[in-house]
Amino acid sequence: MQYLLLIYHNEATTPDPDSPEMAAGRKAYADFTTEIRESAHFKGGNALLPSTHATSVRVRDGKTLLTDGPFAETAEQLAGYYLIEAANLDDAIAIGARIPGAKWGSIEVRPVRAMATLVA
Amino acid sequence: MGPELSQRIERIYTDERDRILATLIGLLRDFDLAEEAMQEAFAAALAQWGGSGIPENPRAWIVSAARHKALDRLRRDTAFRAKFPDLQRSIQEADAKESEGNPPVPETDDTIADDRLRLIFTCCHPALATEAQVALTLRTLCGLTTGEIARVFLVPPQTMAQRLVRVQRKITEAGIPYEVPPEASLPSRVDSVLVTIYLIFTAGYTASAGEFLLKTDLCTEAIRLGRLLASLVPQQSEPRALLALMLFHDSRRNARTDSEGDIVLLEDQDRALWNHAAIQEGVELLAGVLHDALRNGTAGSRYSIEAQIASIHATSATPQDTNWPRIAALYAELRELAPSPVVELNEAVAIAMAEGPEAGLERLAALERSGQLANYHLLPAAQARLLDQLERWPEAIDHYTRALALARNEPERRFLNARLDRARQLNSQSPSYSSNR
Repeated sequence: MQYLLLIYHNEATTPDPDSPEMAAGRKAYADFTTEIRESAHFKGGNALLPSTHATSVRVRDGKTLLTDGPFAETAEQLAGYYLIEAANLDDAIAIGARIPGAKWGSIEVRPVRAMATLVA
Repeated sequence: MGPELSQRIERIYTDERDRILATLIGLLRDFDLAEEAMQEAFAAALAQWGGSGIPENPRAWIVSAARHKALDRLRRDTAFRAKFPDLQRSIQEADAKESEGNPPVPETDDTIADDRLRLIFTCCHPALATEAQVALTLRTLCGLTTGEIARVFLVPPQTMAQRLVRVQRKITEAGIPYEVPPEASLPSRVDSVLVTIYLIFTAGYTASAGEFLLKTDLCTEAIRLGRLLASLVPQQSEPRALLALMLFHDSRRNARTDSEGDIVLLEDQDRALWNHAAIQEGVELLAGVLHDALRNGTAGSRYSIEAQIASIHATSATPQDTNWPRIAALYAELRELAPSPVVELNEAVAIAMAEGPEAGLERLAALERSGQLANYHLLPAAQARLLDQLERWPEAIDHYTRALALARNEPERRFLNARLDRARQLNSQSPSYSSNR
């Protein structure tokens, strides 16, 4: 089964880019990503630019409406993701718990809909 | 078929139903389907065993028959096939394994592969909301109907039916595995199961003081589940601690209410009506738990501390024999471990018993100021009791009135009303009454 691991954290608490915490965080992610890439689980993943750089798109009554920022104000914002292959939810959770961001933010573990079910 | 045979089949149903259902759920991956298939298999048994006799392994026969009923349905019913696309394959795989002499369900790790254990851990997976865990456990392990579970949660049956469908869907579609957790995660997973079992027990405890009656007694079911867990996971001592706690609480079931259905407080109960065999069992279980903790150098857990408190009450021959200072100390320990305003309330009551009403009132006043128990009737009720003891009638009346406003059911209201009336009466007779008029 495939799972999308969505990494959320409170951007207001992001450490200074030059700070030692930030450097430690970058290293933790680099190590984790190397490890997961080498395992059979990795299907994809990326860090995202901050939610201030997001644009929300809605089409209503034929009109395209754009808003600056993410679709909703939330306490924690989406920062990145990994797409993984795992035998079951417990395995996916175990991987999610190892993502560095799990320690200071939240990881949402969302099952990917199998393609067979999409094609009616 | 003679009455003796049908009695024996009924016996098999009662004894084996749980394990059969758990095995079928593992196989068919759908709770309703498993139940249907099991019912059909038992119907087949009733029809056939009269002629062929009861097979050597009735459980295996029923499981096998249920499997084939499900397979039959797959062949006949295209809509059914579409609903369960993987079913045919998993049944055939299981059939193939069985003909090779392997059991129908695979073993996982080095833990015992009792299907009921798998089922309990799956129903109580932490990825499911606690309420969903309770509802699913009641449905699959306790055999309550959807309507009965709806009454426990005070929701319409349709709502409960939808919740059950949703939680089963999450289990299948999110990939919650049907297995006993590996040894490393066992303690935290067991914890999840214990929370659910205790919630079921508490629901049963409140129900017995309230207005609705269930065919199935939830306290008895919770104790049965606790026993099952303790026997299937003997290396963990927490299940035994919870079982002891539930046995102590339940031992008082015949003394808690009088013939009118009114509440009888612990200190007023006829202790001869307590179930002393259950108390004895609890005492032995608890001794084992404490011995394990000592040997392993582990601290007391929430359930073992609560069980120790309950044990003191249960083994005191009279209310006067109760070791209140020890109870107060245990509540203090519990407060450190698992702080909660209710624990603090109980601690305050114990302190009042050990050191006098004023000491208790001081603690309760602090609790009231914190505002954490603003809607809990037992806080003003406890204050009222202590004010009663100090004969401070006007304040007692005030607090009983507040407690009444928060009471949750008829027996509680009747009890508080009686205390309120008594306080009013004593107030009007008191010397300070006329001087305050």
